[in-house]
Order: sequence, then structure tokens, then C-alpha cells
Amino acid sequence: MTAPLLSVEHLTMRFGGLTAVSALSFAARANQITAVIGPNGAGKTTVFNCITGFYRPTSGTIQLHHPEGSSYALQSLAGHLIARRAKVARTFQNIRLFAGMTVLENLMVAQHNTLMPNVVSGLLAVFGLGGYRHTQKLAIEKATTWLEAVGLIGRADDPAGSLPYGQQRRLEIARAMCTDPALLCLDEPAAGLNPRESDELSELLIRIRGGGCSILLIEHDMGVVMRISDHVVVLDHGKKISDGTPAEVRADPKVIAAYLGEGDEDETPADAEEAA
Amino acid sequence: MSARPLAPAAILRDAGLSALVAFGLFVALIGLRLVPTDNGLALEQRWRALLAIVGAVFVGRLLMLGWRAWRPAGAPTPRVLAESIRRSARWVAPLFLLLALALPLFAGRYVIDVGILVLTYVMLGWGLNIVVGLAGLLDLGYVAFYAVGAYSYALFSTTFHFGFWTTLPVAGLLAGLWGVLLGFPVLRLRGDYLAIVTLAFGEIIRVVLINWTSFTGGPNGVSDIPRPTLFGLKFNGSGDPDTFAAFFGVDYSITQRFVFLYYVILGLALLTNWVSLRLRRLPLGRAWEALREDEIACRALGINVTVTKLTAFAIGATFGGFAGAFFATRQGFVSPESFTFIESALVLAIVVLGGLGSQLGVALAALVMIGGTELFRDFAEYRMLVFGIALVVMMVLRPRGLVSGRVPSVSLGKPKEIAADLVAQGRG
Repeated sequence: MTAPLLSVEHLTMRFGGLTAVSALSFAARANQITAVIGPNGAGKTTVFNCITGFYRPTSGTIQLHHPEGSSYALQSLAGHLIARRAKVARTFQNIRLFAGMTVLENLMVAQHNTLMPNVVSGLLAVFGLGGYRHTQKLAIEKATTWLEAVGLIGRADDPAGSLPYGQQRRLEIARAMCTDPALLCLDEPAAGLNPRESDELSELLIRIRGGGCSILLIEHDMGVVMRISDHVVVLDHGKKISDGTPAEVRADPKVIAAYLGEGDEDETPADAEEAA
Repeated sequence: MSARPLAPAAILRDAGLSALVAFGLFVALIGLRLVPTDNGLALEQRWRALLAIVGAVFVGRLLMLGWRAWRPAGAPTPRVLAESIRRSARWVAPLFLLLALALPLFAGRYVIDVGILVLTYVMLGWGLNIVVGLAGLLDLGYVAFYAVGAYSYALFSTTFHFGFWTTLPVAGLLAGLWGVLLGFPVLRLRGDYLAIVTLAFGEIIRVVLINWTSFTGGPNGVSDIPRPTLFGLKFNGSGDPDTFAAFFGVDYSITQRFVFLYYVILGLALLTNWVSLRLRRLPLGRAWEALREDEIACRALGINVTVTKLTAFAIGATFGGFAGAFFATRQGFVSPESFTFIESALVLAIVVLGGLGSQLGVALAALVMIGGTELFRDFAEYRMLVFGIALVVMMVLRPRGLVSGRVPSVSLGKPKEIAADLVAQGRG
């Protein structure tokens, strides 16, 4: 059993009178793929937004422990520092690429903090100072590596907005990976993909896990979730209703009830997959 | 144009409708006129003028639709035209640079003076382009930084007798500081709200300049601002040994000063251009463009959005400050009247007309807008009307500016231009 990388404790998020997430606790372990599933409106994306600093939780703690010892309290860290210091990267449910910039430029922007440690160095680079040329070369090399990994090397100089949907999804993952994350949070990466693209995505995620990056995954495509996850957390109405290995979750009557409605306890898990 | 060609009857009907609308609009505006007579006002009827206008609209519409319907197959469409403008950009820019460098050799004093004015606006346009074109932050108060730069030089030189070249960096620095000061409160604002606050900021600076009489001289402004010197050599006809004419043993002529000022502003403008082109290819400039494309994604990638926005404001303002200092030394006199909202609007119009983010486009637009208004001085009151119409036509034909499209800042192979419709315009 590996040590927990991310531990969420009693996380609560209220918007006015609406409680989107209530007293949620779960852990994601290092070098594992942890999936967060649940019906629409269960609060999955809210949890993601709390972890990545887009929302400030009403109460509760989110701790990130890097394997080398440093740890961060994400609930009180400024938004951009979560990506920069705590090394949490994310993608978005509705793709957010820099559409008017090329594929390569997208990956270069992702390495902003390596290329420009501070404003002074950024301004010195105007006059050719600060060894910028060398770091830029390294950044292009890293971008090239990831473009090869996601099969987009041939489109490096095309605007990101002109790529087909599936390629945009892969580019967004490559861009997140260029920030050297310890934890990669993916919000429905398989949405809108055809079965072949879903398979490719699963392989890519397994390769990323193999490279030492842990993954937190929101996904509705149960095929992908069941195939690649090491651990599944099921949410419904902002609460955790099940937590365990894919096989355990699949057999949990509460999960089936949440997906198909109460009183349908004789339904098989296969139907739950289809319903999702 | 994507409109489908119409049949002759439809064209005739369309033109007739246009003429009817023109008639409705102009019947009272042009057809009737009040003239003062000995016993009060009399109504003069000008049916002939009205007929001419309505007829012009009818024929114009007829020709336009007819051209669209029976255009020869090989005629250039706006798309092809855009393509050729884009391709010619490669040699147009160096050509303009050569022309700008050589202008004082063959032009007279008046043309050089207009050249100085045009280059001042080119520089302002390039400075604002950093904020609006690259970072996508709509700034309607850019003139504030121009004013800060101008008053910095005016006050430093008249109070402490600082020279132009010593004060220039100070003026830029102060303007940059004000850029950051403006940046802080507007960090959370976007789009329209940002535009309104920056507009207010521009007005506040102007009102302060008017009312703080003890410091700025109020509406009277600051006069007797020293002219710039070339390594300590002055440009005047006094015959002193430290004047340009005496030192080089040539006869004094006022043109010498104009030529000198011309090259100063050309140098400053080219500095602005060089810095912005360079920054575009560096992480800071790329972060600005990413900010324009998607601020939320920037934050998710660990980019400090606050610092990035503030640097855009500060660097844009710095160049505004440089231009302001130059303005003060050229005029020898500054007053709040020179820094009204119309100046901000003019610079923004130059940036938008030229094409957001395009250096060449902004330079061309400044040439057309500032040089054009000078050229049409003979038309007196019709000048602005012609100008407004030209702007409207331009924005209808090329909504993304003269030179649209974006060249990537880094590429693996040969860089390909990105079509303008993919590039975000920024929502602040």
C-alpha cells in the first residue's frame, strides 16, 4: 500500500443555501489512478475546483503530500501556486486551450514558470540576458516529447483551435503534463470521444501513471473507469456513498441505487454501466 | 462576401428600398433649410440636393449589388485581398522603415513636422498594442500615461533644470508606476467594466492636472519647456559655441531642429517596436497572449495572472510615458487640454483599425489616420465626416483590422500564420 498523496478531510462547499459537497473525505494514493464518479450534479467538478483552487472550500482540509516529504494545504494556497508549488495540474470539462496559439505555443505557455522564474528575469531576457536561450531549448524538447506521446507532433505548428475534438482533449492533457505535475486532475477526459479514442486515452493515462504521476479522474465512461482505475470514489448529492476498488464499487448496491434510482435493487451492474 | 447574388428584379427592388430609406432620412435634413431673412426665419426648399443624395444612394446600391451578381470569375474577393496584404507584409515593413529613415533627406519642414506627429501616434499605438492587442485588456484611458510622461518632463525640466535625456527614463518609470497603480484596482474587472474604469482613470488624471494649480499650473499648463539637445548641443540661432549650427560650422536653420526631433521620435518608436516584438517571443509576452486567450487556463497552469496583467499595464504605460516626454519637449508647452479622452479614443482606434497585435497594421493605421487628416485639411469641416465614413467602411470590410492574423511566437518547422477568427480578442 502506498502513502496517500492527496487527503481530503470533511470537505464542505456551500453556494448560498445549496450544499454542493458535504463533509466529504477520501484519499488518493501516489502512483495510482483514482476515479471520482457519480450521477450528474453529484458535486464531482466542485470537488475538483476546490482541489485546484478555483473555489475556496467552506470548511474542511485538502492536504497534498509529495513523496519527497513536502506537504501543502491546498484549501488555503493561492490559485496559481497550487499548480506552481504543489504541482497539481488539471484539465477542464469544456476544453480550455489557447485556441489562437499553436499547439507548440500551448505547451510553451505551460512551462512558463520554468522559462521565467520571476518578472526581472523575464525582462532581462529582452536584452538576451539570463540564459534564456538554453532554457527555451529544453522547453521545446520537453514539448516535443509530450507531443510525440500524445501523437500530435505532426500538428505542432497548427493553431490549437483548428484541431479536431479528440486531439484537443489529448493536447490539453499534454499541456497539463508539461507543468511536471505530481497529481493530474482530469475532468471527463473521455467525454465526446469515440471507442477507439477512449482506448487510446486509457493507454495514455496508464503510461502517465507509469511515469510517476498520480491521476485523479472524473469520468462518466464506465468502460474507461473500470479498466484503468486503481481506486474509485462514488459521490451522490455531495456525499460519498462508496469507496473501494472498481470491483467493490461495481457490486455496491448503494451505487446501483444512485445510478438507477431507489427500489431497483434487482438491477445488474451492467445496466448501471449503460445508464452512465 | 458570402451574400448570394440576386436576380435583376430583386436588385432593383433592393436599390429602390435603399433610396426610400435615404429619402426618409434626408427629407428634413437636406430637403429643408431655415434661412434668416429680414423678417424672421424662412424655409428654403432644396429638392434638387435631396434628389441628388437619394439618386446617389439608388445608383450606388444598384452598382454594388450588380457587381456582386455579375462579378467576373477572376476578380479578387476580400479574402484574396487579405491574403495578398499578408504576403506583401514581408517587404512592406522594411520599405516603410527605409522611407521613414530617408524622409528628412527629401522632405520639407511641413512634411517632417507631420512625420513627427504620425510617429508619435505610431509609438502610442505600439505602446497601447501591448495592453490591448497582446494582453487583451481594453484600456480607454491610455492618454493618462501620455500625460504623466509629458508633465514629468515638463516639471522636472522647468523646476530642476533636468535635461531631456536624463528625464526620459524617469518619465517612463513614473508612467509605468501609474500603470501599476491603475492595474491594481482593475485586476478583477473584465471587458466593459475594465474599459469604464480605465476611462475614468484617464479623466481623473486630467482633472487633477487642471485643479492642482500650485503644482501643474492648472489650465495654464507649463510653458518654456527646454528643447532636447544632441550631446549637449542646442538647436537655436544664437550663435553660441554650444549650439549645433556653431559647433558644426553650418548656417542655422529651424529645419535642423525638426530633423533632430524626427529622428528622436523615430528612434523611440523603433525601440517600442523592438521591445514588443522581442517580448512576444519571450515567456512574458506569450503569457500575455495566453491571458487574452483564456485567463482560467492560465491560472490552472500556475501563471500568476496578477503579475502578468500588471506587467502588461506597466510596460504599455512606460512607452506612453516616453511618448509623453517627447510630446512635451516638442511642443515646449503642455496643458491638460492636450490629454482629453479623444486622444485615448484616437490611439485605440489606430490599434483596432490596424489589427490587434499587429505591429505593421498599427503603423499603417497611424499613417492613414493622422497623416490622412493632415492631408485632407483643405476639406475643412468635411474632413471628419469623410474620416468617419472611411472608418465604418473599413471595419465592415475588414472587421479584424488592416493586418489581421497572428504569427506564432515559436515553431518547430516553418511558422504558419494563424487566421484571425481563431484568435481571441480578449475580454479584459
